This record gives sequence, C-alpha cells and structure tokens, in this order.
Amino acid sequence: MSRAVISQGPLPGDEPVVQIDMSTDLAGIELPSPVMTASGCAAAGRELDQFFDITTIGAIVTKSVMLQPRSGRATPRMAETPSGMLNSIGLQGPGIDRFIEHDLAWLSERGARTIVSIAGGSVDEYAKLAARLRIARGVSAIEVNISCPNVEDRGQVFACDPNSAASVIQAVKRHSEPRMPIFAKLSPDVTDIVSIAGAVVRAGASGVSVINTLLGMVINPDTMRPHLAGVTGGLSGPAIRPVAVRCVWQIRQAFPDLPIIGMGGIRSGMDALEFILAGANALSVGTAVFHDPSAPVRIHAELQRALVDRGFSSLSEAISYAHRPKDAIPEVDDELDFISE
Amino acid sequence: MAVQVRGEVLDIRRVGAYQVLSLTAPGIADIARPGHFVTLGIGGEESSMLLRRAFAIHQVQSRGVYGGTLDIVIGVHGKGTRWLADRRRHDAIDIVGPLGRPFILPKERVPCVLVGGGYGSAPLFMLAEQLRERGCRVDVVVGAATEEKLFGVLELKRLASTLTITTDDGSLGERGRVTDVLPELMDRVDAAVVYACGPMPMLQRVAEVAEERQAYSQCAVEEAMACGIGVCMTCVLPVVGEDGVTRMLRSCVEGPVFRGDRVRWNDVGTIPTDTLGAPVEGGH
Repeated sequence: MSRAVISQGPLPGDEPVVQIDMSTDLAGIELPSPVMTASGCAAAGRELDQFFDITTIGAIVTKSVMLQPRSGRATPRMAETPSGMLNSIGLQGPGIDRFIEHDLAWLSERGARTIVSIAGGSVDEYAKLAARLRIARGVSAIEVNISCPNVEDRGQVFACDPNSAASVIQAVKRHSEPRMPIFAKLSPDVTDIVSIAGAVVRAGASGVSVINTLLGMVINPDTMRPHLAGVTGGLSGPAIRPVAVRCVWQIRQAFPDLPIIGMGGIRSGMDALEFILAGANALSVGTAVFHDPSAPVRIHAELQRALVDRGFSSLSEAISYAHRPKDAIPEVDDELDFISE
Repeated sequence: MAVQVRGEVLDIRRVGAYQVLSLTAPGIADIARPGHFVTLGIGGEESSMLLRRAFAIHQVQSRGVYGGTLDIVIGVHGKGTRWLADRRRHDAIDIVGPLGRPFILPKERVPCVLVGGGYGSAPLFMLAEQLRERGCRVDVVVGAATEEKLFGVLELKRLASTLTITTDDGSLGERGRVTDVLPELMDRVDAAVVYACGPMPMLQRVAEVAEERQAYSQCAVEEAMACGIGVCMTCVLPVVGEDGVTRMLRSCVEGPVFRGDRVRWNDVGTIPTDTLGAPVEGGH
C-alpha cells in the first residue's frame, strides 16, 4: 500500500528534533509510542493505513465489537457542536467472528499492535467475547467498553455502577488468557469516577481507559425536534478535554501505579502533554482523526517536541509529572524557565 | 487510494447561487474519476468546526504548473461552507481525496442520460466528457428550484447531445421536476444507463424510472458525513447486497455512487427490521 501524507501541522523533519525515548509500558505491553487510536474513531485501522503507517503508532484500538453483527442506530447519527461532535452510532459492527476473521487477521498480518475493544449487552456476552478472543491471534490487550452511552437502556451502562462494572470485568478476566492486559473504559457521567476505577481494579482490570464520551443532546432549530435519530448521543472532541484531564488526574492521585490510557479531545501534542503530565501512560486520539486523518503521527511528533522543549529525556519521566509536590526539587536540571512563565 | 495534501486556493468565483473553488491538489487531481469526492478541513488548525466538508469533484486539470488542480462547487448552507466561500487566492486548505466509489462507466457505446438536481450537476461534467470519449450518446437533464440554483447550464449544453432544463417555478426551461421529463427522454433515446446526483427524493424517483425501463441507474447520494474516509460510521444507508441481505453501508467508502435498484430509498433514515444486525424486540 503506498501512502502520501502532507500534514497540516508541523511535520517531523521540518527542523532537526532531538529524539527521546517515547516508549511506554502499558500493563506489561511495550509500545514504541504512547499515541494510539481511540475506539470507534479508527474502525479497524485499514482506512487510516492510507494516511500513515499504522505500525509506527502505539496501537490501533479497534471499534467496539459485539457478539453478533449489529446495524447500529438510524440516521442522523451525528451533529457538529462547538469544538466537538455528538455521535449516536449505536455500535454498528460485524460481530466478533467476522471481526476476528477479517479485521484482526488483517491487523496481525499488517504487523500493527492491536487493542481490541469489546461491548456487550450482558455480563454473559462480555464473557463470551473474551472467550472468543482468547483463541484469537494478534490481540495485545482488551479494552472493555462498559460505557457506551448509545444504548436504549441507561441501566445497561455498566460503568455507571461500581457493582455492574466489576461484574463485567470479573467475567472478562475469568475468560481471558491470564496474562492478557484488560482495560476498563470508564464513563465521565458519574459522580465519583475514582470509586468506579477502584471497583474495576479490584475486579481484576489491569488498567483503565478514561474517558468515554459524555451524554449530550442537540435540538434542531428547523425541525424543532432532537437532531439525532437516537435522541441523545456521545459528546467528544476538544470540548470535553478538561473533563478528561480531570478524570485522569483524579484516578492517578488515587492509584499511583495504575496503567491509565487517557483520551478525550486530544488534537495536538500540547493536548497530549496535558494527559501525560496528569498521569496517562498512553493516549488515544479519537475525534481529531475525523478532522485530520494523520493526527496520530502528527501528535506523536508534536508531543516529542514538547517534551524535549521542557527538558525531559524520555516520555516516562513526564508521566504524572504534574503530581509532583510543589516544593519538589526538579529532576530535570537544564533550563526550567517554563515553570515561571 | 486517498491522500491528504495541503492545497492552495487558485481562484474562487460566483456562479449563480454557488461558488466555484479552484484548488491545487497534487496527487488527487491526477487520479480522480467522475463521482469521486474530496473532503476539506474547515477553519484552520485551531478550528472549532472539527468535521470536514465533503464535495463532489467538479473538474480536474491533471497537468500544468500547479501539478494538478481541481474545482468544487459550494452551496453555502452554514458556517463551514460560509468559511470556504470566504477563502481567497493563496489561502491554504487541507484536502483529502479522491474518496468514494466513482460512477461505473459502460463497456459498450450505449445511450446514457445524466440527471442533476441543483449543484448535483457538478460531477456530471467530467462524466459526460468521459462517456462521450467512449462513444456514448449523452443527454442531460438538470433542474432546480429556480434559475439561479441551476449550475453550469451553458457548459452542459456543449457537452450533451440534448440538454433539458426544469425549474420548480418555471423561471427557466420547463416548469416542474427533472423526474417529470426523465421518462420520456429515456424512452426517446433508448437509454441504457441513467446517472444521477442530487437530493434523495430525486434519486429515488430516478432509480424507479430506470427500473421501470430495465435500465441501470447510478445514483450519487449526499449523506451527512463526519470523516469521509470510512471510520466514523455516520453516513450509512440501507442497501441490499447481491446476497439479498440489507446492510447499513457507508456512503463515503461503499458509495457515494450506488446502484439505484440496491438502495432502499423509502427506508433511508431508518434501520429496516430485516437489516443485518437490526435491533430485536427488547434489545438496543
């Protein structure tokens, strides 16, 4: 597959950049870059491979797959909102068997690291999905989507209740290969996200992915009815970034060593830096891909530059750096002028 | 194979109710075929408008000093298209393309009818040229609400054996819809294929008229898209496959051109109950 990319942002190679170690450890899996795609924003990688080499980024996080083929919701499924968008796709997908045969096989052949996102309507469905993946090749980790807002029954949003969330994670853990890293994807639409994180960690999650979209709604001023066929939808994009950074921060404070995948409105290297400093070990780039299909590689390059500019000699040094005590003696010794800026 | 390039505005000019934007698009213009589209980033890198806007490719020039340029036709509907219409010479625009499945051309020299609603005529120019190069007779019908909302009448007259014009208000050509005059035209020229681009109700009627005459129809749909490259799943519509199964297909990668007899026009905007993976009672 040939590809040509002329990014709208600064290209790696515009000017000489000091290369630093950008690798990150995610619950035992070593990624060459912290930048990954976000579930639901990259399908299964094939389309984006036209725009950049998908094997160079941290991982492809695939669109949440269910046990059976699923048509998703009626259209309109989308509305543009200020610095964001609302979507109401409803988990359209091919079902796990076709996914494994068609998509996962291609990703594996292509040499991409793959985090498979799964979604179910019941604890049993999650268990079956995990069992199917146990015998599949090419799975680096599982992201358990317990927080999709686009289901008819809000009671099905497992991530809104610590016990439901824990039941799903326990089931996935029990049916997965013992060393398989399992990430629980959490919803920001809860009073206390730290308690949900605690529940999934106790249930056996290796780490957490934060955050899924926020539940939102748009009324069409012409029809004077809800714009989305599904009435409500998930809000994503830069508009939700401060909420996401806050969630990463709170979970990092409560769990100093928990692997965290941060996501929510990351559009530039500077946005990515915020998540890293707040405590994310890796990042998912979602809605930004709709705006700029080569965003993941651009953000990787911009993040590296931002880290170099701040005197970090590796990505891992910067993870959780915003949590250092106020009077901490800086570990990076050259030029810390930025602190007083 | 789509590419992402930084294009430059060469020219922007008003044509009736529309703006025609000429852009440098190296690597896109040279491989674009009739029915392909491009998406444009709106508002620059810090834009609060995240979704790209999709436009059918109107014309291409694959050689010359700019190494490939293309024209698109913009109808201003909202903030994004307003921003585009306000671009000036030398402004940079992020372009992705060519995207989608283009029109399929007949192998034989058969009579073809092209139907455009409003600025839906934009992609028909390249198509008419290529059909004529193959030796096909080309007759064109264009229609719009008013004369101002027709696009490219003079140029189409040059490209077509006959050009029929309709307007809802009768301000130019025949009063009525393109689909009012289509049956008679198809019969007269014994059309084997009808190509259409325009609003959904028009496409539906075109597909019906073609089917009644056992002619093929190739319909380019306009669905709201977020990404244009097949990853967001917002631009879906129910389409029957060769296996008889209805699936929600993405108009950006499995379209925008569909066989008219495959699209379930009456069910667009819904999930028909017999769709693969449709919700079951008590389910989602």
